[in-house]
Amino acid sequence: MRRFLRPGHDPARERLKRDLFQFNKTVEHGFPHQPSALGYSPSLRILAIGTRSGAVKLYGAPGVEFMGLHQENNAVTQIHFLPGQCQLVTLLDDNSLHLWSLKVKGGVSELQEEETYTLRGPPGAPPSATQITVVLPHSSGELLYLGTESGSVFVVQLPSFHVLDNRTISSDTVLQWLPEEARNRRVFEMVEALQEHPRDPNQILIGYSRGLVVIWDLQASRVRYHFLCSQQLENVTWQRDGRLIVTCHSDGSYCQWPVSSDAQQSEPLRSSVPYGPFPCKAITKIFWLTTRQGLPFTIFQGGMPRASYGDRHCISVLRDGQQTAFDFTSRVIDFAVLSEAEPAAAFDDPYALVVLAEEELVVIDLQTAGWPPVQPPYLASLHCSAITCSHHVSNIPLKLWERVIAAGSRQNAHFSTMDWPIDGGTSLAPPPPQRDLLLTGHEDGTVRFWDASGVCLRLLYKLSTVRVFLTDADPNESLNAQGEDEWPPLRKVGSFDPYSDDPRLGIQKIFLCKYSGYLAVAGTAGQVLVLELNDEAAEHAVEQVEADLLQDQEGYRWKGHERLAARPGPVHFEPGFQPFVLVQCQPPAVVTSLALHSEWRLVAFGTSHGFGLFDHQQRRQVFVKCTLHPSDQLALEGPLSRVKSLKKSLRQSFRRMRRSRVSSRKRRPAGPPGEMQAASTKAERTGLQNMELAPVQRKIEARSAEDSFTGFVRTLYFADTYLRDSSRHCPSLWAGTNGGTVYAFSLRVPPAERRMDEPVRAEQAKEIQLMHRAPVVGILVLDGRSVPLPEPLEVAHDLSKSPDMQGSHQLLVVSEEQFKVFTLPKVSAKLKLKLTALEGSRVRRVGVAHFGSSRAEDYWEHHLAVLTNLGDIQVVSLPLLKPQVRYSCIRREDVSGIASCVFTKYGQGFYLISPSEFERFSLSTKWLVEPRCLVDSVKPKNHSRPSHGNGTGMGPERASGQARNTGSQNDGEEKKAGPVMEHALLNDERVLKEIQSTLEGGRGSCGNWHPHRVAVGYRLSNGEAE
Amino acid sequence: FGAEFRRFSLDRHKPGKFEDFYQLVVHTHHISNTDVTIGYADVHGDLLPINNDDNFCKAVSSANPLLRVFIQKREEADHYSFGAGTLSRKKRVLVTLRDEGLRRRAHLDIGMPHDFRPVSSIIDVDILPETHRRVRLYRHGCEKPLGFYIRDGTSVRVTPQGLEKVPGIFISRMVPGGLAESTGLLAVNDEVLEVNGIEVAGKTLDQVTDMMIANSHNLIVTVKPANQRNNVVRSSRTSGSSGQSTDSTASHHSLQAAHVLQNFHLEEMESDEEADIVIEGALESQHVPKAQGLVRANGAGLAHSLQRDLGLHNSGRESNGSIHKLLSSLKPDPRHTLVLPQGGVEEHGPAVTL
Repeated sequence: MRRFLRPGHDPARERLKRDLFQFNKTVEHGFPHQPSALGYSPSLRILAIGTRSGAVKLYGAPGVEFMGLHQENNAVTQIHFLPGQCQLVTLLDDNSLHLWSLKVKGGVSELQEEETYTLRGPPGAPPSATQITVVLPHSSGELLYLGTESGSVFVVQLPSFHVLDNRTISSDTVLQWLPEEARNRRVFEMVEALQEHPRDPNQILIGYSRGLVVIWDLQASRVRYHFLCSQQLENVTWQRDGRLIVTCHSDGSYCQWPVSSDAQQSEPLRSSVPYGPFPCKAITKIFWLTTRQGLPFTIFQGGMPRASYGDRHCISVLRDGQQTAFDFTSRVIDFAVLSEAEPAAAFDDPYALVVLAEEELVVIDLQTAGWPPVQPPYLASLHCSAITCSHHVSNIPLKLWERVIAAGSRQNAHFSTMDWPIDGGTSLAPPPPQRDLLLTGHEDGTVRFWDASGVCLRLLYKLSTVRVFLTDADPNESLNAQGEDEWPPLRKVGSFDPYSDDPRLGIQKIFLCKYSGYLAVAGTAGQVLVLELNDEAAEHAVEQVEADLLQDQEGYRWKGHERLAARPGPVHFEPGFQPFVLVQCQPPAVVTSLALHSEWRLVAFGTSHGFGLFDHQQRRQVFVKCTLHPSDQLALEGPLSRVKSLKKSLRQSFRRMRRSRVSSRKRRPAGPPGEMQAASTKAERTGLQNMELAPVQRKIEARSAEDSFTGFVRTLYFADTYLRDSSRHCPSLWAGTNGGTVYAFSLRVPPAERRMDEPVRAEQAKEIQLMHRAPVVGILVLDGRSVPLPEPLEVAHDLSKSPDMQGSHQLLVVSEEQFKVFTLPKVSAKLKLKLTALEGSRVRRVGVAHFGSSRAEDYWEHHLAVLTNLGDIQVVSLPLLKPQVRYSCIRREDVSGIASCVFTKYGQGFYLISPSEFERFSLSTKWLVEPRCLVDSVKPKNHSRPSHGNGTGMGPERASGQARNTGSQNDGEEKKAGPVMEHALLNDERVLKEIQSTLEGGRGSCGNWHPHRVAVGYRLSNGEAE
Repeated sequence: FGAEFRRFSLDRHKPGKFEDFYQLVVHTHHISNTDVTIGYADVHGDLLPINNDDNFCKAVSSANPLLRVFIQKREEADHYSFGAGTLSRKKRVLVTLRDEGLRRRAHLDIGMPHDFRPVSSIIDVDILPETHRRVRLYRHGCEKPLGFYIRDGTSVRVTPQGLEKVPGIFISRMVPGGLAESTGLLAVNDEVLEVNGIEVAGKTLDQVTDMMIANSHNLIVTVKPANQRNNVVRSSRTSGSSGQSTDSTASHHSLQAAHVLQNFHLEEMESDEEADIVIEGALESQHVPKAQGLVRANGAGLAHSLQRDLGLHNSGRESNGSIHKLLSSLKPDPRHTLVLPQGGVEEHGPAVTL
């Protein structure tokens, strides 16, 4: 034991470790949690999203991604790109402004925080005097106009954030220029809108909240025009030629004002309440966009009839009599319209509407009739229904890949064919070396197939298991069930739908065989479906078999949920994965482990009561084994999971309602912000103190055999190994339980020609009780060369060396507390590594990974990647069980993050950092998927903007923010250079390989780009059920 | 003695008196002229003594269906500790052997208690600071729960920068009737410093909890007792080589013995092979584990070697000095002797006792 604690002193090994292992969090996939601001740069064609936790994320063309984090973890309330530059300004809810810029370093762009600034008023001024409400970056790129709550507009010079006091437009100054009647009627309130004249940079428009709008001449420092609205002002927009302004108001109306004559009008040209005549909610933002075809687009947010549709989150698009109110399932944070970026162009010609809702990003094609949505290549809402499990499959054969994509493309017919309109920047990352699939199981009974090969996590195909079962919901209910003459013309858009018809449909375990296209999916109510990939739509009945895991145990009563009722008769299935057999466990407890062997055509499944083996070729149950301990009451009665989840979902929906009631206003009420903050932190602190008063204590008690849930089956594993004697190997099934028991069954699978005639037989061969009784989380058999046995069909497809059947096999049992190697077939303990007894940490996830050396092309090793309950990731060597490296990865408090972690077979992994985001990390020096991209600031198109010379006047550089793209380079420059070269080499290798394979016309290209055919590892853990 | 096996029957419900049984045993084996100690193997594979009516009754009632009785010469058995795990751990043989050799030299003759097995002990008294205490709890084969709770707290340390508050782990509560309470060696507010040789500094409460539970069958906790008044007062150890030990209240080990044992405790953590039970085939859940056979073999071998050892001792007491030398030469690499297989032990035995 001591020798494990001692760090290795072998310098050669240490050097090798550096070549093999390296920890990086590379990219965040999915949709940012709690977005709070949206920005878009028409010149860069880059989108920015700010979050409530202070992160800024930039997205351009697929693969172009940047992330930055403000040091203060305050919500980002506004993001503005400086026109024509690679710079953006963020406003946080602590009233601080931050300047970020994209700088090119070593060929790739990086996002860096340059400057931080908080507006200070004159001494004695109330805090509202400097509370920023609107930010307008001037087209010169050198000035920032800041509208405040007091009604003053401050002018700040960039990038130094130097306040130009003499140019401040205070409300008093404006007042001087107003005629008598406006002066009497109005008190100046906060600035609601600031807009630059679209043609003349010397004019800006200032809108005050009480309804006064003025056009201010910056040169002459005077009011050119003023408009008086009768309602509270929400926002203002210019027409492209500057001849018309459109104001929107809190009563749901919008007005058009011409800016042509010097004669001041007191009435608007036209005023309308689009969803009147009953009281409507405010229109909070409006766009008025001209088109070449003549009729303009009016696009606005809100304005719905208060009484009947006041709770909807809508954005309406009007043009030429057509009107659609896009109805979002979550609150709309902000929206932007993508239109002609060229300022000199005569028309806006909008082509896309980008809407940032709280839970998803929706882009609508405005050029195609019907305004269909565009499928985003990134920012997918992973949590459109809550993720319940995930499964990663590396190195997918091209054929399966194409079939999955083909099946998925049929599902995406309703999307627009438009190319992704946000396409700024260039991705320099090499094309992914192999095709990887990430499968996520969801609460609503769907499995989503994601392309996880590169930086963009893209949805390929969605599989629903709901059709197999009878549910309350009508499956034919379409999203657009609204009638023709319905008013308002609502149209549901987006995919976020957190409401599940039935929690029992939830997917708990997924197992995909990438060679045969067989897929096994298991759910909350003990249902196990075996599916087959079919390129044609089909209608067939799903065969149903019941597996009674309690067998002859008497007197047990299941108090948990009922099983799902299967739909009788033939069911129509779309092309894709189609279920052909349903194994229903009895009692219908959550399926806790699942394994599929496509070569033997067997599927094994386990619950908290026992496990079973099913022959899906003959559609026959082979055996079931009850693992219950007679005193295990809890397992028998069921965990009351349904009650719990009902309660939970109720609570969640209440919380959701409450959240939506909180005003969606951009700003918080006027008041001393510092004081409020201090008060809240003080409250937090006292809360913490109160919590500390009651000390947390932990009971020290040895585990006994009578603990509940000992029968819970944690892991299942198929292996062809020496189970009975050392001369003959045979198929075997291994199962590990929560109580530290391992069962081994020897199987007799008839040869292929008699496969349908003879039954598969199973016989219990061994039972191992680990004395420490910790839950078994992984089982693995190593062959004579101590290499993990290959996956089924891998050898048959010539993608792996056949295992060494000469030497003696070894069995590795991973429990939560120890790693232990046994010899086979005798099962005598050979060596072990205690984890918990030494460090107090427990194994949560374990997987075998293949680590290639970053230096030597042909050198590789197999090791175990381990995630502990402390959120640490360790690499443990095989077969000697020596800890190699350890990195802290996830916060130990982040239970859901730890529970959601999956390892890939090449030393990468994913875990959820929020319900909607996967963080991708890499332990390998060789396999690193991270964004590498370049954003050009000098766009030849932007000739009219006189703003490019600004770059030289940069202030002292101060990279206080932490940018994601720089994060991986902390270890030094030369390290960075390594992988780059490596990628380049590999890339060429791959291309060569592919060319070669196409020349040969062989099937062999199947993504096996690696020059040396190697046995890829197994993922071990089936993990625990939540 | 490991040489002879007899099988005889007893009435399960009326076991009778110990004296009668003793006579019966002595008579059956024709050893009425020797003083012997009788022990039996209980369900956990531990060797427990039979020396009065009560434990005789207990022994008979717990037998299923066979009661395995071990007979040893008394003077030998006195030095050989009964207790948990003694039968199932072959490595202990070595411990005992050395222990014995050294003890003879120190002329210290404290027998093991006769009718209970150890539940706890204080160990490593001589290498720890006086303010600390290392307690070993034997959970194995005991019905009592370990029965204590731990919590987070702060303790004051003396550092070069002066006094400093550092987070620590403390015992917060004892379960009445639990093992921890019944030992009297642990108390509420004692600070936990180490668990099985691993410092807890920098570890969270949950980590320490998991460490303790993972080691619960053989838990060694080093504590700084809240009440420092009950500490063992040790005499100065100027004459270390004499082996004179006065800490009789706490430990029956002599100085060198403690050193040897200290080494062994560390190694033992590694070597206490929790023999995972392997059931071959579908044995119809008949829980007569294979391990039992193994135990029997061990026990026999043990008694055998002990006996040989004893004989040699009787003949050559004057050679103790050289034995000691031999032993101390072995000390630096105890692992070497430990990894020897069973056969190796027997070969090694004569070498030690030459």
